[in-house]
Amino acid sequence: MGERPAAERLHDFQEVDGGLSPEEAVAEAGRCLQCKKPTCVRGCPVEIDIPAFIARIAEGDISGAARIIMENNLLPAICGRVCPQEIQCEGQCILGVKETPLRIGDLERFVADHERIQGPVIPLIAEPTGKRVVVVGSGPAGLTAAAELARLGHAVTVFESLHEPGGVLVYGIPAFRLPKEVVRAEIDQLRAMGVEIRTNHLAGTSVPVSDLLSYDAVFIGTGAGLPFFMKIPGEQLNGVYSANEFLTRVNLMHAELFPEYDTPMRHAGRVVVVGGGNVAMDAARVARRLGSRVTLVYRRREEDLPARRAEVIRAKEEGVEFVLCANPIRILGDPFVTGVECVRTEICDPDDTGRPEPAPVEGSNFVIDADMCIQAIGQGPNPLLIRKLEGIRYGRKGNIMVDEEGSTNLDRVFAAGDVATGAATVILAMGGAKKAARAIDRMLRGSNR
Amino acid sequence: MFRVVKAEQLAEKIFQIWVEAPHVARNARAGQFLVLRIHEQGERIPLTVSAVEEDCVRIIFMAVGKTTLELSTLKAGDSIRDVAGPLGKPSEIGKSGTCIVVGGGAGIASCPIIARAARAAGNRVIGIIGARNADFLILENEMRESCHELHIATDDGSRGFHGFAADVLKKVIAGKKIACVWIIGPAIMMKVTSKVTRERKIRTYVSLNPIMVDGTGMCGSCRVVVGGETKFACVDGPEFDAHEVDFDLLMQRQRVYFDEEKAAVERYHEHSCQCGTGGHHG
Repeated sequence: MGERPAAERLHDFQEVDGGLSPEEAVAEAGRCLQCKKPTCVRGCPVEIDIPAFIARIAEGDISGAARIIMENNLLPAICGRVCPQEIQCEGQCILGVKETPLRIGDLERFVADHERIQGPVIPLIAEPTGKRVVVVGSGPAGLTAAAELARLGHAVTVFESLHEPGGVLVYGIPAFRLPKEVVRAEIDQLRAMGVEIRTNHLAGTSVPVSDLLSYDAVFIGTGAGLPFFMKIPGEQLNGVYSANEFLTRVNLMHAELFPEYDTPMRHAGRVVVVGGGNVAMDAARVARRLGSRVTLVYRRREEDLPARRAEVIRAKEEGVEFVLCANPIRILGDPFVTGVECVRTEICDPDDTGRPEPAPVEGSNFVIDADMCIQAIGQGPNPLLIRKLEGIRYGRKGNIMVDEEGSTNLDRVFAAGDVATGAATVILAMGGAKKAARAIDRMLRGSNR
Repeated sequence: MFRVVKAEQLAEKIFQIWVEAPHVARNARAGQFLVLRIHEQGERIPLTVSAVEEDCVRIIFMAVGKTTLELSTLKAGDSIRDVAGPLGKPSEIGKSGTCIVVGGGAGIASCPIIARAARAAGNRVIGIIGARNADFLILENEMRESCHELHIATDDGSRGFHGFAADVLKKVIAGKKIACVWIIGPAIMMKVTSKVTRERKIRTYVSLNPIMVDGTGMCGSCRVVVGGETKFACVDGPEFDAHEVDFDLLMQRQRVYFDEEKAAVERYHEHSCQCGTGGHHG
C-alpha cells in the first residue's frame, strides 16, 4: 500500500498514506529486535509496551496487539497517524543506527485500523464509583481524559462548544492526514463506554462555572484555539485568514463542497501561507487541493522548520513552493488581497529559546502576488473559560499553570494539553491528560475513605 | 436537534422563530447571541438572542441569504440541527439615568431585551425604532411596552416620523442629559446614527455583525478594529464603543463572500421545489 502519488491525491481529501497491508505489517514487525531494555518505550509519551505489541503482530495476533496498546493508549488510530514518531519511539529505535528504524507508528495504526473494522472494542470498565467528572473540550486532551476516567468507573460528561466532537482533530487536522471516520470511531467508542458528550455547549456560558464546579472534579482541555495574527499592515484586508479559520471552513464545514454545503470559501488563484509548523503545512496542502498555487513563507531555514519532516516532503511533492528566510511585512490590496510584501531574513545567533533568530535584511523587500494570505504563526489558549474561573493561576501567555499531575491551584480542578503547555502535539496532550485523569482518580478514591 | 416551537413572519422579509434550547435560554442575557446550523450541510450563522421564555429563545432575521431564506421556511415542529450559545459579552447595563435604545430594520430585534434589562436596572428608557417603511417595521408593541417612551421613524413617512432614526435621536437628546445609547441595525445605519451622539460624547454602544464561523474566538473571521486595536466581535463584543469602531472596515469585511452568497441564493431559488407544494428540499 503506502503513499498515493501526489498527482492523484491533489484531487481529493482522501488519506495520503494507505497504511500497511497485513503481510507488510507482519514482515515489518519481524524486524523488531525485541530489546531487553527497549529505548522506544522511553520515547513514548504514554509509555506503550511497544516490543510486546510488535511481537503479537509478528505472531499474527492483531487483537492481542490491540489489547496491549489500549492499556496505555485509547486513541491509537489517531496517534499512529499524527504522532511525530521520528522524534519519539522511532527516533529511539536501535535499528535506526544502522538501517531505518522500525515503523512503529505505521504498525500502531495498522492494529488500530484492523480493530476498527471489527467494530468497537470496549475496554474493561471498573465498578462505578458514583463520582461525577466534567471534561471541558473534546480534543485530544479531553477525549483521553474522558476515556481514562470512564474506564476507571467515573461518570463522565464532556462539554464541546462546536457541533461536532473532536476539537483540533476535526476542525484542524485535514482528512487526508486523519480521516474523520477514524475520529468518529474513537468518539463512538467513548460513547459506548458511557461517556456523555454534549455538543453546542460552551463551558462557562452554556454551562455556568458554578455548575462545572458542582461536579466532583473538573478537567479542562480547552486547547490552544486562539489564533495569533502577525500584526502587520493590511491584515484586515479581505482574503486574509488565520489558519484556524481557513482549516475550519474546509475540515469542519466542508467549504470545499460549496454550494452543496453552505459555508463559502473564495477561490484563490495564488495563496501565501505564513509559518513553518504542521498547521502551516496543513493549510498549504488544503489550499493546493482547492486548486490554488501555494507559496509558503517561513522566516528561518529549511532545517529549522518545526513541521514534521514527512509533512514537509509531502507538501513539496504536492507542489507547495517554499520561500525560506523571508518574512511578510505588509499585505497589499484594496479591499481584496493582491500580494504579500516580504523582506529577506538572515540567520543570526540563537535566541533565548535556542533557535536561531532571523533578522530582516534592509532593502531586500520583494512582493509575492497573491489573492489570499493564510497566517499559521501559532495560537494560544482561548481565555473565555479561564477568565471566568475566579482565582485560577495562569501564565503570561494565558496558559493554565499546573503541577506535574495536571492539578491547578483551584480545588478539584485539573488541566492538561495545549491549554496548560501552550500549542504542542496531540500525543503530549494525551500524555498530560492521562496523568491528570489518574490524579483525579486518586483524589476521588481518596475522598471515599 | 432543537425543536422549533413557533415560527411566523413579522414583516416584509422579516421572520421570527422560537426554538427550544434550554442551555441558551437559561443562561442568556441582553446583548448576547447564538450560533445555529440548520442541518448537516448548513453553515454556522450568528443571530442575537432576541427574547427568552422559559426554555425557549427567540431569533429574528431578515431572509436575504441562502441560510436565512431556508430558515424562513421552518415551521413549528421542525428542528434545527445545532444551536450553540449564549455567546459574546452581555450588554453593560447599570443604573445610570436615561438610556436610549435605537433599532433599525431587523436590528430592532435586539432592542426590547436591552430596553427591558435597562428598565429593570432602574433607568428611564427611551426607544427609537426605524425602518424603510411601515411594512418593514417590527416589534412596535413590544418596544412600547418595554420603554417609557417610544419614537418611530420611516424613510418614507408611512409610519411615524418621516426620516431616519438618526434624525429622531438628534431631537430626543437635545437639551437632555443622556446616560447612554444603544444603536443596533445595519452597519451603515449604526455608522450614521452614532455620529449624532459623538459631539455630545454620550456613551454609545453598537452591536457589530461581522461574518463569523465558530463564534467562540477560534477563527478570527469576525475581527474588527475598535480604537485602532483588532478585536474579535464574538468574544470581545459584540457590543463596542460606537465612537471607536471602524465601520468602513466592518462593511468591507462583510462583503468577503458577496459573490458566493449571491450565487448560493440564485441556486437556492432555482432548486426551490418543483413538486408543487412550494417547499424547498435541501
